Amino acid sequence: MSTATSTPTGTGSEPGRRQTAHKNGQVSKRGRVQQRWLPWAFLAPTIAGMGIFTLLPIVASIALAFFRWDIISAPTFVGFDNFAEVVQDPTVRVSFLNTIVFVVVAVALQLGLALGLAIMVQEKLPAWLRVFFRSAFFFPLILSAASVSIFMRYLFNEQFGVVNWLLSIVGIPAVPWLTTPTGSAAVVILVYVWQNFGFSFLLFIGGLASIPVETYEAASIDGATGWRKHWFVTLPLLSPTTLVASVMAIINALQVFDQPYVLTRGGPGDSTRTAVMVIFESAFQRLEFGEASAIGVILTLIIMAITAAQFRLSKRFVFYQ
Amino acid sequence: MTTIQERVTTTAPVVKRKKRDWSVAVRVVVLLIASVFVLGPVLWTLSTSLRPPSESFQLPPAFLPLNPDLTSYEQVFKQLNIVALVVNSALVTGLIAVGQMITAALAGYAFAHLKFRGRGALFSIVLATMMVPAQVTIVPVFMLIRGVGLSDTLLALIIPAIPTAFGTFLMRQYFMGLPGELAEAAAIDGASPWRTFRSVYAPLAMPGLAIVGILAFNFHWNEFFRPLIMTISEQNFTLPLGLVSLQGNLGTGSISVVLAGVVLSMIPALVVFMFGQRALQDGLTAGTGK
Repeated sequence: MSTATSTPTGTGSEPGRRQTAHKNGQVSKRGRVQQRWLPWAFLAPTIAGMGIFTLLPIVASIALAFFRWDIISAPTFVGFDNFAEVVQDPTVRVSFLNTIVFVVVAVALQLGLALGLAIMVQEKLPAWLRVFFRSAFFFPLILSAASVSIFMRYLFNEQFGVVNWLLSIVGIPAVPWLTTPTGSAAVVILVYVWQNFGFSFLLFIGGLASIPVETYEAASIDGATGWRKHWFVTLPLLSPTTLVASVMAIINALQVFDQPYVLTRGGPGDSTRTAVMVIFESAFQRLEFGEASAIGVILTLIIMAITAAQFRLSKRFVFYQ
Repeated sequence: MTTIQERVTTTAPVVKRKKRDWSVAVRVVVLLIASVFVLGPVLWTLSTSLRPPSESFQLPPAFLPLNPDLTSYEQVFKQLNIVALVVNSALVTGLIAVGQMITAALAGYAFAHLKFRGRGALFSIVLATMMVPAQVTIVPVFMLIRGVGLSDTLLALIIPAIPTAFGTFLMRQYFMGLPGELAEAAAIDGASPWRTFRSVYAPLAMPGLAIVGILAFNFHWNEFFRPLIMTISEQNFTLPLGLVSLQGNLGTGSISVVLAGVVLSMIPALVVFMFGQRALQDGLTAGTGK
């Protein structure tokens, strides 16, 4: 008890009173004097940096959404005009719609694939194979989305691509991947899921490892085997992990940019244009910074709403041990 | 009682054993197919980059580089200032990683072992900033960078990326795992709080710092969005940006040259994968509620 008060870190809720009562008063006093500013010296770089490069920009972004500004002439206050324009802009609308479709399909694929593979890897398997599969599925995460999109664009080439060659072996005629709206959307989703499912896979592996073996033993004594076992034991016990994995997958997918930018530049037409792409284009190509900020604010609100909704839903469906 | 036990010990294992062996084989086959789909594109990239440019579109494709040919690698050095790209990427990534390690260690230590007013509230704010997508703050950050005359420089990429909420969170968790008694012992020995951090806690937190560094390296080496916005002249491009513009310039003419560049850009990531995979996996999944 008493030793704790003499340390610079161990001061409790009432540091003053306790320390003066302590016999080793000098050390404590010095510690206390230093303590006032010391934590702030440790925090200064991070707090200052975040203030300047995160908090200030958030405020500025919200403020900017109410101005028209092309960076060259002075900004003019336009009230909610930017929001009104953005909401009516067909390109912006299509982009948000594309983003929603993308998120639904990509996240469903990503989570389904990750969960299925995680269950298969985590069941009885030689250790070296488990290590190999874990590394293999994790591998795409270390690559740059831009590089991946570069080589995937060649693989999905209609005439010479390996994908269509593989399909031709099974008798499927060449798919016009990158020249049709549906094909392009499919490629963006497939390339994104290819690179990102490993992250959800890792989360599921961790979640599965934390399910006690006894639960399965109990279930098998009760006669649950194979898929029934997973349906009635694994899924409910895994639901906290599933919640985290889906929140993170959705938040990341909502911000998709690199893949559609490199693979399709948003085309053909607007078919693969995403929310972040229109932020990028209106700000840095059309110099409409106010509009870009308005779109950014809307996107952030959507992200926050989805996150909140997921945690609320979780109260009903997530089963905590 | 005895009947149940008998049933369990006599019949069940036999049925299970048979079923299990068969299911292991099925699982391995399915997992192998999945691995082929995951690794296949990367192997194709590698082997195509090692073939003469004229054979790039050859079908059936080659997934193994049996007769390596380095023409494409010579070409990528000629057509792209790849040395400058590598230097830029290394500078940007290295300085961000070191900067993040230092600032996150300091802040993480303060949040874990120093007492001050508003600690909880401040930490909540730090955590909350992780929710805000970078794409939303990019416009004001760009303005700020332009305002101080740093646009189209590497510093424009480095400085804003140094303060790290996630790294701070990770280091706080790591320091919390170290006992507070260490500080007591150091204080008794007369060490100043700074010395306590420098000589006692920081060395013990090296594994946590390595995770922060590896995560920063992996993320910023591969980063595309910010360099696309912050840099204008090719001399300031980073690798991903240079490769995408090379692909744009070459069209579909000599894809093996582009792929050679892609392979070269993957080498540092591969090194991280081989030596720091566990740290990377732990870091990526840190703070997800486990």
